[in-house]
Amino acid sequence: MDFPSTQFVPSRMMGTYEPIHQIGMWGENFKSIGNPSISASVIVEVDNKLENESETASHEMPVPSCKHDQEASKPFDKIQRRLAQNREAARKSRLRKKAYVQQLESSRLKLIQLEKELEQAREQQGLYIGGGLEAGHLGFSGVVNPGIAAFEMEYKHWMQVQNRQLGELRTALNAQISDIELRIVVENGMSHYFELFRMKSTVAKADVFYVMSGTWKTSAERFFSWIGGFRPSELLKVLVAQLDPLTDQQIFEVCNLKQSCQQAEDALSQGMEKLQETVSATLAAGQLGQGTYFPQVAMAMEKLEALVCFVNQADHLRQETLQQMSHILTTRQAARGLLALGEYIQRLQDLSTLWATHPREPA
Amino acid sequence: MDKVMRLASEKDVVVFSKSSCCLCYAITILFQELGVTSTVHEIDQDPEGREMEKTLVRLGCNAPVPAIFVGGRLVGSTNEVMSLHLSGGLIPMLKPYQTWC
Repeated sequence: MDFPSTQFVPSRMMGTYEPIHQIGMWGENFKSIGNPSISASVIVEVDNKLENESETASHEMPVPSCKHDQEASKPFDKIQRRLAQNREAARKSRLRKKAYVQQLESSRLKLIQLEKELEQAREQQGLYIGGGLEAGHLGFSGVVNPGIAAFEMEYKHWMQVQNRQLGELRTALNAQISDIELRIVVENGMSHYFELFRMKSTVAKADVFYVMSGTWKTSAERFFSWIGGFRPSELLKVLVAQLDPLTDQQIFEVCNLKQSCQQAEDALSQGMEKLQETVSATLAAGQLGQGTYFPQVAMAMEKLEALVCFVNQADHLRQETLQQMSHILTTRQAARGLLALGEYIQRLQDLSTLWATHPREPA
Repeated sequence: MDKVMRLASEKDVVVFSKSSCCLCYAITILFQELGVTSTVHEIDQDPEGREMEKTLVRLGCNAPVPAIFVGGRLVGSTNEVMSLHLSGGLIPMLKPYQTWC
């Protein structure tokens, strides 16, 4: 008998195979009685009976009840036959075990394969399953928002280009190249950030909450998140410390820029608070607890559209800050500034990785 | 066209807004921070609101609100005001109209 290698053959099914062997014997037995015409129907009955018997006695070979052959033989034959039956039973048992183990192993292989596919899908399409906040963008039907999928692919590429550019900046600063050539490197760096803001604007239209939660960034970066990115004034603080020596005029201009940034940020933050109040008030309008609330939710949706404007304004602020700094600084300072900014972000990303992987005290 | 320009020239700093617009609110906060009291016209509360909205769009305000006028002249929307502020051009523009209490 041949068991398909990946099929688990339950003992009940086993019963249906056994009778084939049995029927062969039985058929012969009945033939020896000399009544071939009824043997077919009897065999069918026997088949059913054996099927029932095998459920209750799966490991034992059903012993044929027709024993007159054996009674007629010598006791030695009886023992031999029983031994043969035992060997047969053991063989079948081993085969069943082998089939079961093979089935387990193939299931395990399939599980590993599925996990791999899931990981690949995560990388390609940005599925973040399990995180409470992030699970939201799987959407109602479980389909990933294509805008988000596109953004995550682009962002991956953006990071690669970013790292390459940082390397170029490092080389350029050490190589003492001309100011004109350095300017080109700086302009490339600036354009690259502007490209990111464009990408964010596009994905904000697809899902503004995605941008607000900073899902594509590492955890430490998210810690500093203000309306979908860094606070421009915070970045200025980091940068200015790296740009010594600055002329008095430059210090004055940078101070003004920092103050303007902070004022603009405060204004936007207060606008955001107002938006929260508005959405909350709209959502909570009427009686809570009645069970019907679609009008409130629909109105709140309208109000929430404004969030896209805020995200765009915040990115506009970041872009303008970069622009202004590039006007205030010399080319060389701007190059050092871009490098410092890039490395600061890299350190944040490394911090995230380190934090995620360092062993903690058990609770 | 007339109502918008009329209202814009009546006061020093005029912001055309809508009652639910939180970005407009943010702009008024910024002006407050800079010592300027802005006059806010909520065009959705105005009977001629739709015409005013069309006018503002024609003048170049895509949003169309917030639309900011200083000294009767259109400065622009949030983008323009923010850019102006970061480049240091907003405070000089507002100087004649600053009222520090």
